[in-house]
Amino acid sequence: MSEGTNIPSDRRYTAEHEWALVDGDKVVVGITDFAQHELGDVVYVELPAIGSRVTAMKEFGAVESVKSASDLYSPVTGEVVARNAELTDHPEWVNESPYERGWMIHVRPDDVAEVEGLLDADGYRQLVDA
Amino acid sequence: MSDPLLRTPLADRHEALGAKMAPFGGWHMPIQYSGIVAEHLHTRTSAGLFDLSHMGRLQITGPGATDLVQQATTNDAARLSPGAAQYSLICNEQGGVIEDLVVYRLEDGWRLIVNASNRVRVVAHLGELRERGAIDATLQDDTFDLALLGIQGPESEAILQPMVDVDLPSLRYYHAVDGRMREGNTPVTVSRTGYTGEDGFELMLSSTAALKIWDRLLEDPRVKATGLGARDTLRLEAGMPLYGHELNEDVSPYEAGLKRVVRLDKGKFVGSNALAAQSDGEPARRLVGIDFDSGAVPRAEFPVNQNGKPVGQVTSGTFSPSLKHPIAMAYVASTAAAPGAELTVTIRGSEAPARVVKLPFVPHKTKR
Repeated sequence: MSEGTNIPSDRRYTAEHEWALVDGDKVVVGITDFAQHELGDVVYVELPAIGSRVTAMKEFGAVESVKSASDLYSPVTGEVVARNAELTDHPEWVNESPYERGWMIHVRPDDVAEVEGLLDADGYRQLVDA
Repeated sequence: MSDPLLRTPLADRHEALGAKMAPFGGWHMPIQYSGIVAEHLHTRTSAGLFDLSHMGRLQITGPGATDLVQQATTNDAARLSPGAAQYSLICNEQGGVIEDLVVYRLEDGWRLIVNASNRVRVVAHLGELRERGAIDATLQDDTFDLALLGIQGPESEAILQPMVDVDLPSLRYYHAVDGRMREGNTPVTVSRTGYTGEDGFELMLSSTAALKIWDRLLEDPRVKATGLGARDTLRLEAGMPLYGHELNEDVSPYEAGLKRVVRLDKGKFVGSNALAAQSDGEPARRLVGIDFDSGAVPRAEFPVNQNGKPVGQVTSGTFSPSLKHPIAMAYVASTAAAPGAELTVTIRGSEAPARVVKLPFVPHKTKR
């Protein structure tokens, strides 16, 4: 049951528990509250360099908890224009604030309409409830 | 259909606390309650409370009991007086490690505390040795009759003392004593042992008493319920091996750095011939600690390299909550095993720089 999990309605979601938030001409990407809770204490986040290309549904990095590592999948295809370097010193922000301070990358999408094809908040809630 | 998971007497408590549960060694066990890092740090600064009832507890009694213990294990149990305990190994005929365990001398017999995953195998092995040698000894499995709780951390003695009639300051490390819990006057065996590198105690008592004592201990704000996730990060920081990772049948005690618990001078035991042949030379590979400045976390089976050439494999790795960087244990070629040796570990296709360090990563604070 997902009662306790936060799923903001201002963004879209992937089946792999990433979120995508359109902000002007870029898309902000991170992992969901459900994902951070499943992972446990995040200790390291591996993110791509600025300027690298990411492809929708392909892995762009990894997030490590004490017990295991999980791949991160990009919601959209495009170019990485920012990465959250503060997560090196504060990986716990992914747990404490997965939708705000725990953001991971900004992508300049090849086609911003790609975001429309992702799950909305209701769709994602149904996924985690299943 | 595989066997269903075993439940300890405290399983309901863990579920009621909202613990993340997972199978471990055939048992349904709590991995974490509030979080691995918080539970780990709390154990190092105050006291963590562990349900250890999955560990196998075996008793050996009878005229041949000492004989059986001495034939099965590598350390010299004859050096123990009643109440004393020792870390030891059970090897196969080739000197490979079947189990690591703690052997306790009782007033009239022996207690062995074994890994949950190996309990059935150890019982079979001991039974076979007894039959083969026509040894007059009785083997009893107490695992399902008695709970085992652990309290570990610098506050353990202060927290536990008012609850037991045993004088804890005079209970030495690796010693055990029978006493009673003040509440209910219930019998308890208290041993000053643990798997964290901290001072602490393990309590063996009836299941009903264990439930009361668990609840009572958690009422103390200095105590936090602590799961297997933190148990693993604590023992890894303390440089302690885990069977199935650092120890297995393909490993010799000498490779694992456990020469001190192999007493060839005590008489013959299973594997002693093979171990005698190995004891003089340098093992070709050794278990070492590896330190990383930062970055990705090394995990079991990740390759270890030196100057681009493979030299070994990680056995256990984690992020150290106390040191705040990744740490690992690994078997590496002896030529690459000196403290300070520069190595790399392949993590998701990249070579992460690391160096060999002496174990433990975090100094032990056990009472000597």
